[in-house]
Amino acid sequence: MNDKRFKIAHREAIIGVILVIINFSIWFGFAYGMGSGDPSSYTYVLGFPAWFFYSCIAGTIFMVILIVFVIKFLFTEVPFDDEESEHK
Amino acid sequence: MIHWQVIIPLVVFLVLIFGIGIWANRQVMQSNSFLQEYFLGGREMGGFLLAMTMMATYGSAGSFIGGPGVAYNTGLGWVLLAMAQLPAGYFVLMILGKKFAIIARKYQAITLIDFLRERYQSKTVVIVSAVSIILFLFASMAAQWIGGARLIESLTGLNYSAALFIFAGAVLIYVIIGGFRAVALTDAVQGSVMVIGTIILLVATVIAGGGISNIMSDLVAENPNLVSPYGADRSLTPLYVSTFWILIGIGVIGLPQIAVRAMSYKNSKGMHSAIIIGTIALATVMFGMHLIGVLARPVLPGVEIGDKVMPLLTLKVLPPYLAGIVLAAPMAAIMSTVNALLILVSSTVVKDIYLNYIKPTASDAQIKKASFYVTTVIGIAVVLVALRPPDLLIWLNLFAFGGLESVFLWPIIFGLYWKTGNKYGAIASMIIGITSYIYIDQIMPSVLGMHTVTLPIILSLVAFVVVSLLTKDKVNTGKSII
Repeated sequence: MNDKRFKIAHREAIIGVILVIINFSIWFGFAYGMGSGDPSSYTYVLGFPAWFFYSCIAGTIFMVILIVFVIKFLFTEVPFDDEESEHK
Repeated sequence: MIHWQVIIPLVVFLVLIFGIGIWANRQVMQSNSFLQEYFLGGREMGGFLLAMTMMATYGSAGSFIGGPGVAYNTGLGWVLLAMAQLPAGYFVLMILGKKFAIIARKYQAITLIDFLRERYQSKTVVIVSAVSIILFLFASMAAQWIGGARLIESLTGLNYSAALFIFAGAVLIYVIIGGFRAVALTDAVQGSVMVIGTIILLVATVIAGGGISNIMSDLVAENPNLVSPYGADRSLTPLYVSTFWILIGIGVIGLPQIAVRAMSYKNSKGMHSAIIIGTIALATVMFGMHLIGVLARPVLPGVEIGDKVMPLLTLKVLPPYLAGIVLAAPMAAIMSTVNALLILVSSTVVKDIYLNYIKPTASDAQIKKASFYVTTVIGIAVVLVALRPPDLLIWLNLFAFGGLESVFLWPIIFGLYWKTGNKYGAIASMIIGITSYIYIDQIMPSVLGMHTVTLPIILSLVAFVVVSLLTKDKVNTGKSII
């Protein structure tokens, strides 16, 4: 059956996968990219080690902003019940 | 020692939760579709409720008691690991998303197993699913209950059994009488308590430690690895951390207690706002609680039992009334996880087993009676198991997580998005997923330095695809609605 709502659903699922890949790259990349040196020579941002600040704090805030943006501009509202809805 | 000023806010919290249960019970009694109402809350959740019930179900004793304890001993590396959970806030709803909501309505599915049964048309799929839900969730309910009782024990000075009965009694009553609606509504209160409690405790701990910079230099002075992503003993390797991501980040789609929530919301608007609210709430709680565990180290040195870090810290850095509010947070986390598991296990027994195979012709009154009885009996059985508990809370929890994910992840995803996927693929995937998970867990827990769950998830993926393709001609997918 070709439900046109499925096309929207599929697109949004792909967006979800892209978001999770971005999320992983930021989280993992900053943590081990900046944090793999000698811990006593770390630089600090706002009191936190730089790797931690970028990976866990800034990265998380960035993801939240990105998600808000994606929901507002790329997600479409669809009805869930069938048009010929016979049940309540 | 009994801290009355701490106990009073906890009691107020419990009374509020009870009130919600009683109110929900009236909805259940008035509803004209008992099953849909009792096990799915009438499919009416809006965005805030959906977000909070997902976050609260996901956030458990592990996030509030076990997790901070491990972070205390491991350092910032454990906070990093905890932040792998961020996708749980948006990924599940985006992937299952609209397609699951539409198809669940077409199938008139009330449980996750309803969906799998209609999709794969296979009794074996139903039985394997039901057995794994009952076994694994029974185990994780017991673990949560143990955590709850230990918490009450340490706060009130009651002995373990008495604490367990108080705690279990409180949860059982509102779940049994109120069903899913009571679960979702209490989750909203509990989720809010979790977020607020986390913020209060985080701020208080930073102040008690003399600011972030101060705390960090104390940590470096003790052991520089505490501020590295590798953890205090450098055991958190990049490979382990990235495979752990599979378990707690994206594998969450395969958790039935989470997936069932993705079919309980009212409309797509609710789902959209739930993604945003849920991600923010989850990020706050996971980041906050685990960071608190690390910051606690200089503030409260020398705690030997990890599980006691969070309660002891709260009593140390906060005035008693505020401590009561913050300590309601782990109680809320535990209650909101247990209540979701209880209603899910009960729905599996009543809807998926009793109504499918034992008494398909049961009348409404009989279903009602069976639902109340089954929920009660399961709840009491878990209490009895928890009376003489096995030791490792986190292990039990994660065992259930990994096991369920190995069973359900691919049958759910391919069930929605791959037409050719069929019952043979699903059965192969479930059986290989679960057996390889148990085998690897017992024989070589971190094979090649990866998390235990990695290989079973890959193996069950391969099994699903290969077997579905091989048996392609045996199953007619012509009239499928996928």
